[in-house]
Amino acid sequence: MKTVFESPRALSDVPLHYCPGCTHGIVHRLVAEVIDELGIENRTVGVAPVGCSVFAYNYFECDMIQAAHGRAPAVATGVKRTHPDSVVFTYQGDGDLAAIGTAETVHASTRGENITIIFINNAIYGMTGGQMAPTTIPGQVTTTSPYGRDRSIQGSPIKVCEMLSTLDGVALAARTAVDNPKNVISTKKMIKKAFENQLEGKGLSIVEILSTCPTNWGMTPKAALEWLRENMTTYYPLGVYKDAEAIR
Amino acid sequence: MSKKVLMKGNEAIAEAAIASGCLHYFGYPITPQTEISEYLAKRMPKVGGLCLQAESEVAAINMVMGAAAAGSRVLTSSSSPGISLKSEGISYIAGCDLPCLIVNVQRGGPGLGGIQPSQSDYYQATRGVGHGDLRLIVLAPSSVQEMASLTMEAFDLGDTYRMPVMLLADGALGQMMEPVDFDAFQKRDVPDKMWAANGHGGKRKKNIINSLYIDPKELEDSVVERYEKYSRIEKNEVKYEEFMTDDAEIVLVAFGITARICKSAVAAAREAGIKLGLLRPITLWPFPKDAVSSIADKAKAIISVEMSMGQMIDDVRLAADGKCPVYFYGRTGGMIPSVEAIFDRAKEISESI
Repeated sequence: MKTVFESPRALSDVPLHYCPGCTHGIVHRLVAEVIDELGIENRTVGVAPVGCSVFAYNYFECDMIQAAHGRAPAVATGVKRTHPDSVVFTYQGDGDLAAIGTAETVHASTRGENITIIFINNAIYGMTGGQMAPTTIPGQVTTTSPYGRDRSIQGSPIKVCEMLSTLDGVALAARTAVDNPKNVISTKKMIKKAFENQLEGKGLSIVEILSTCPTNWGMTPKAALEWLRENMTTYYPLGVYKDAEAIR
Repeated sequence: MSKKVLMKGNEAIAEAAIASGCLHYFGYPITPQTEISEYLAKRMPKVGGLCLQAESEVAAINMVMGAAAAGSRVLTSSSSPGISLKSEGISYIAGCDLPCLIVNVQRGGPGLGGIQPSQSDYYQATRGVGHGDLRLIVLAPSSVQEMASLTMEAFDLGDTYRMPVMLLADGALGQMMEPVDFDAFQKRDVPDKMWAANGHGGKRKKNIINSLYIDPKELEDSVVERYEKYSRIEKNEVKYEEFMTDDAEIVLVAFGITARICKSAVAAAREAGIKLGLLRPITLWPFPKDAVSSIADKAKAIISVEMSMGQMIDDVRLAADGKCPVYFYGRTGGMIPSVEAIFDRAKEISESI
């Protein structure tokens, strides 16, 4: 019998804790597929964040480290600088990467740390139950912006890829989504490139993936995907913001 | 024949780290310890190591966490306000059972405080560095030689017990120059780091470095297990020095640079016919409780002498357990106690008891 579908080796065979309709599962699978295809599981170290994906250390078959909130790029720096032959990736959400960990994100980027960052942007704090994120879009209702995010009060969201693309140390900054099969395929291509860049020593690569949070957005999974297309991809246009040649 | 080198205390720490096989340093500049970074910035590239200046103390300690998690010997250093910033990372490092060395060359506080020497981070080091049930092994050097030898000892202790160790120095020790012998140190055999997360190589199951336990019973079990390790350390690793305590009626308890000043006060008191002695804790945690308790059995009074408003005195009182009165003398804010002032305090107490 011919195998037509199987689970990636690098993805642990355990139930994921994510809510129905959440896109973390898709992205986990894509990362694991890329690790398999590049044959790097043996030397990969993943760094899990604080947030919904805190348990990522249980979901990948490579060595894993759970970092403090926002500090994953610094922890990854420590691993990569002391073990340059390892392949190091962080997996972070928007609160982790773009609020409490902004300094670590920006400085790992500007140093051109030779690591890969998988950045899940779902415009909300998921684990703590739907509070405003640094990426919550103007007008979006959350439990801490109950009247909608008001720029005059809560300021404007951070466009991470646009910001990081200005830094010399960044090899790749790309924004994708996993809202349809075509975008899933292009997301995987970007994740693969982000790991390949590391293998080629090109510097920091970040793939920002627009994701849904049906539970905290208060929508069905299908409505959440539609909301993402209508609201998030307009505020956060998909595309490659930086794709530099070797810069170090 | 071993060779002695004249060095600043801060430089002695840096060179001792290299001598211990620590080839990775992450830090952020802050007075009065910046010579450690500067020295390592010069030396590390020449020995195949790395000295990386982080964007913050927070980032530096998390780089330390990554390096330690991957199994490398690793050092960071700072001074008081910087250690406050590192506290979060130190808690995670303790919760993940990772070895590393954190050097605190103390200055006065609170807040930005000052840049002169202080010992006012005693509470922080022995009680409050990071959230949760945790301990650090805390070593208190009192000479440039000890800045070196306790640095080397700290790495071995950390690897032996799989936990963070703090070297609690002060600005005076950091800045002063004395001869150092880097060979005057007995290395320990330390266990292999089979737990490290640096790529499983297809040869073992994956390693996870983690401090999260959602199930409270599992968290309790992990903390209780760590406390069993702490008990072994309290039993096996206490270090202190006694100076003229045999017949002493009054005993000073002091650590670090203050203990040096106290030794002179003891000599002066002896000349004046006052039976003064000194107990110098070298490990602040584990604190030399039994040694203080024995002193309390035979002495008429104990004086805790500190460069703070009185922090170690709590441990001294707990150990003395009411068996003899415990007095205090201290200066703070970067002021250094004088030999005369300590002598006067001892004389005043000897006349009142």
